[in-house]
Parts: sequence; C-alpha cells; structure tokens
Amino acid sequence: MPDDRELLDTKSSARLLANPLPGTAATDEAILATEETTERDDLLKQKPFGFLFWFAVGFVGVVILSAALANLLPLQNPNFQHYTSLNQGPSAAHWLGTDDLGRDLLARLVFGARVSLIVGFFGVLIGLVVGGTAGLVSGYRGGRLDVALNAVSFIILAFPAIVAVIAIVTFWKATLLHITIILGIATIPLMYRVIRASSLSFAQRDFVVAAKTMGATDSRIVLREILPNVIPVTVTFSLITMAGLIVIEGTLAFLGLSVALPTPSWGNLINEGTSNGALSTDPFIMLWPALAMFLLLWSINLIGDRLRQRFDIREGLL
Amino acid sequence: MAKYLIRRFLQLLVVSFIISVLVFMLVHLLPGDPTVSILGANDTAANRAILLKQLGLNLPLWHQYVIWLNAAFHGNLGTSYLDHESVTHILATGAPVSIELILISQILAFAIAIPLALVVSRKPNRPVDNVSTAATFGLLALPPFVVAPLLVAIFAVGLGWFPATGYVPFTQAPLTNLHDMILPSIAITAGSIAVYFRVLRSDLISTLQQDFITMARSKGLSNRRIMWRHAFRPSSFSLLAVAGINIGSLIAGTFVVELLFTLPGIGYALVQAVEQSDYLVVQGISLVVAIAFVVLQFIIDFIFTIVDPRVVRE
Repeated sequence: MPDDRELLDTKSSARLLANPLPGTAATDEAILATEETTERDDLLKQKPFGFLFWFAVGFVGVVILSAALANLLPLQNPNFQHYTSLNQGPSAAHWLGTDDLGRDLLARLVFGARVSLIVGFFGVLIGLVVGGTAGLVSGYRGGRLDVALNAVSFIILAFPAIVAVIAIVTFWKATLLHITIILGIATIPLMYRVIRASSLSFAQRDFVVAAKTMGATDSRIVLREILPNVIPVTVTFSLITMAGLIVIEGTLAFLGLSVALPTPSWGNLINEGTSNGALSTDPFIMLWPALAMFLLLWSINLIGDRLRQRFDIREGLL
Repeated sequence: MAKYLIRRFLQLLVVSFIISVLVFMLVHLLPGDPTVSILGANDTAANRAILLKQLGLNLPLWHQYVIWLNAAFHGNLGTSYLDHESVTHILATGAPVSIELILISQILAFAIAIPLALVVSRKPNRPVDNVSTAATFGLLALPPFVVAPLLVAIFAVGLGWFPATGYVPFTQAPLTNLHDMILPSIAITAGSIAVYFRVLRSDLISTLQQDFITMARSKGLSNRRIMWRHAFRPSSFSLLAVAGINIGSLIAGTFVVELLFTLPGIGYALVQAVEQSDYLVVQGISLVVAIAFVVLQFIIDFIFTIVDPRVVRE
C-alpha cells in the first residue's frame, strides 16, 4: 500500500540520484541534514498500522491457534466418514458441510492448516539458520568464501524450485518432514542472498569501522553490530518467503505430490473439491480451503508489506 | 558488450553442466530401487541383475553419466518404461501446449499491468491508484491452484462460457484452441499482473521525479509522449528482470492448470510420470525444463544489454 512515506523516500532518493556528485561539502551536509530531519519527523509521526494490518495479524493468529489446538477444539474427526450425511451443505451439525465421503469440512479445514503452517514456518527457519548465518558471515568477511558461496547460491537459484521439488519427491516419499526439508533447503540460497546483501552494506558503515578500531572481535561485530541491523530485512523477507513456500506446498498438494491423503492439507482439499465432478455437484468443498488459502496468503503478504514500509526497506532490495 | 555476453554464456554453460549432474545424481543417489518399481518387490535377484545390466545401472556412476549425457546431446533422453514412448517425443508434443499457456498469460499480464501502471503512476495515492494497488495486492494471494478451480466453477460450470477441459491443437482449429486456452491462461496470469504492476508503478513514480521528465514537460510534450517515450524505458529494467524471475512460478502454474484442465502439456506428462515412478521421464523433463529456464535467463540478460547498456560496464 503506498503512503506518503514511500513517496517521500522516492523523492529524496530521486534527489540524491539527480545529484550523484554533490559539488561541495556544504551541499553534502545540506542533504544529510534534510535526510536527518525527515527521519526524525517520520519517527515522531509514524503512521499507525491501520485496521487491515491488525485484521491480517488476527487472521494469522486464529489460523495458528486453531491448527495448534485442533485436537482440543470440539471438532469432529477429520477422517471420520458420516455415511448418513454425504455432500451436505452447511448445517448445525457440520458448519461448513461435508464432502462426498461424509467427512466434516470444518474439521478437515482446521487440521489441514497444519501442513501449510508447518511447511511455511520450518521451511523458512531452515533457510534462516543455514542461509542467514552464511549470509551474515559472507557479507561481513568478503573474500574467497564470499565469492564461492555467492556463485553456489546463483547456481541453486538457477534451478526452478518446483521442478526440483517434484523431481525429488518422485524418489523420496512425500511426507511432511521431507517436503519441509526440501523446501527449507530451497530457501537457503534466497535467505543467503538477501541477508548477505544487507550485511555487506552494513559492514562498510562507520559504526562497524568504529567497532573494529576499538578492537572488537569479528564475532562480536557480526552479532552485536550487524545482526540487529539486518533483522528488519530478515523479518520482512521471511514473511514473503513463507507465503511463497505455502504456495509451493499447496501447488504440490494440488498435483497430488505432497503429504498423502487422507491427511488433509489445503492444497489437497482444493484438489479433492475439483476432482470427480465435485465442482458442479458441490463447489463448497473447494471454496472453503481456497478462501482460507487466499486469506492466509493475503494476510502474510500484507503483514510483510506493512513491516517493509515501517522498516523503510526498498522493494528492490527484496 | 561481447565480453560481457561471453562471460554470461560461460556461466550458462557451467550452470547447465551442474544442472545436468544434479538431475543425473537425483535419480541415482536418492533412495528407491528402480528394479523394484519396474519389476515389483517379489522378483528374483537374478532378474534384477539382468535388468540393472540392461539399464546400464551396473557401470560406475561417472560412466553412466557420460553415456547419459552423450545420448542426451543426440536427442535421446530415454524412453518411458511404461508406454515405451521416447522422452523427446513426450517433450515435443507437450512443449507447444505449455509454451502457448505461458505466452498467452504473459501477453495478458503485460497488456493489463503496463497501461495500468502508466495511468496510475502519474498521480500516485489518488483513489484510482489506491484501488489498483490494493486489488493487485489481492492478486498476489491467488496462486493458480486457488484461482483456477474458482474460474472453472464460475465460468465453465456456472456460466458455461468456456469448456472445463479439452484441448485442440492450434494448427487444427485456431479459434477453438484459443477459446480452450483462455481460462487456464487467465488462471496463471493473476500473480504476474500483480508483480509487474507493482514493480513498474514504483519505478515509474521515481522516474517521473527526475529532471529530464521536468525538462520534457517544460518543452510542452504531450503526457502520452512523456509516459511512453521518456518515462517507460528507463523504468522498465526491473520489470524485465522480474519477468525473468517470474518464469519459475509460471512453470509451476502451467503444471496446475494442465492437470486441472487436462491439457496435454509438459506439466501433465511430468505429474503422470511422477505418479507412476517413470523415472527416465521425470529425469528428462526436469533436465530440459531447468535448462530452458536457464537459457531464458540468459536471453533476458541479452535483452538487458540492449535496453540498458549500463549493465555491461559493471
């Protein structure tokens, strides 16, 4: 969502671009001064996140809580087949109705959220721990290690992820653990690149040079000086990547190549709702998981985007 | 420029080589015994040994790789052991369908995103801009496997405007073909429209702040001329880069719609092959799709050097 801050930023960066070589020290200082005041003004009158942001946070919260507590909630067994009520519309007994085998759609929807959330969260976590650490060190240290890791990350990214994942699950049984690991590994080079770029730009800043001059150890500089500055980019990018992983898992599940049935996941629920003519007999089967998936992705993207604006990260960096 | 392109081309070769090794290793290192999937779990050890020899799986790995790569260069990626169709043939019949899907969806995406961004960026933060930006943000949350079933439910099952399944080659009946392809193409377009619009809009807004635009305005040029001739080109670099990256998610999109609409494309063949553990087909398709993807990136880099000669100087 655009706002005045974004415009202001483009203006100030456009101004800087227009004067790439400010003639005198005076103009330099003038530019720095204006930059500082806008920064301070921004801090003073930071816009509230707004209703949509909190709605998105609320929705993600509800999805996480209900998926985590699904066993405790008064839900029916997601795999129990009520033979007496097949293909029912919403009712008091089945709030979202039942599918062609008489399974409760609400229960399947809530339990199905687990797959998306686990893949999204732990996939990103693997990417962060491995790729993030490598990126921090590689961006700070530079040198041969940096060149080598950089080249490797380019090569891995040259491979279209979906094809790699499909090829791997052909030979390695598609369980939740395996899918999470594969997608986590696919996330490593992405995380590496973003965090490396950010770490690189901070490694040349004055406060790092100052810390070095004061004799700080490398690990102290990376952990205490660079890491805190890299966190905003990391959080924002992690959210966007999480949405991406949820999409890939959903795509796999839709293709029938993710976690096997009868375990519900939103992707295979949508798939079930489209097969055997279900779209014409009972479009609701597909509608609920599709709606849930849309809202979840929209919420995660929106939270990421609002945080990006708040942290003042240029979209190009991501 | 030649130097830059040669360097990029060498990179392309290296990456393609590594992809070929990875795809090859994938089949050979991952758990799962091909003789089990071909002969079943109950066959004798002797029969397995014969099959291993037939498939050349008893040779050292590097030797197998050389044989495989050499055959691949001669257009022989093996045959499906289920219906004995050659992988090359599967690719040749599937590629036109998948490429047509990608082409139509990209034409649609550019035709919507570019004019919209040009209109909106002149007056950012007005209602039209806010609505378009919010709408495209919503599109980002509509991956093909979510939007395609919805489109089928509404436009094929509900309104009956388009067929839900079916495919006729373009060469046989162009109009029927296009009519069949519209719904699946729209289904994979949503994300592209959003991405292209957002990138171009933000680049245009910053370009329009530049001095040369003020200059063009003060010369009294028409708005249309300024937007298309002066502002669009310098703002299109990120768009081009993003379009290249976006191809990856388009490939995933074609898999989904080919399955849903039963279009006989590469993705359809791949998913079938995976379900039947037809490993040579999986291997061949993965190799070709991955290399096509890398080659496409190279072509986009090449276009970049024409649109924005500055990249060469890096």
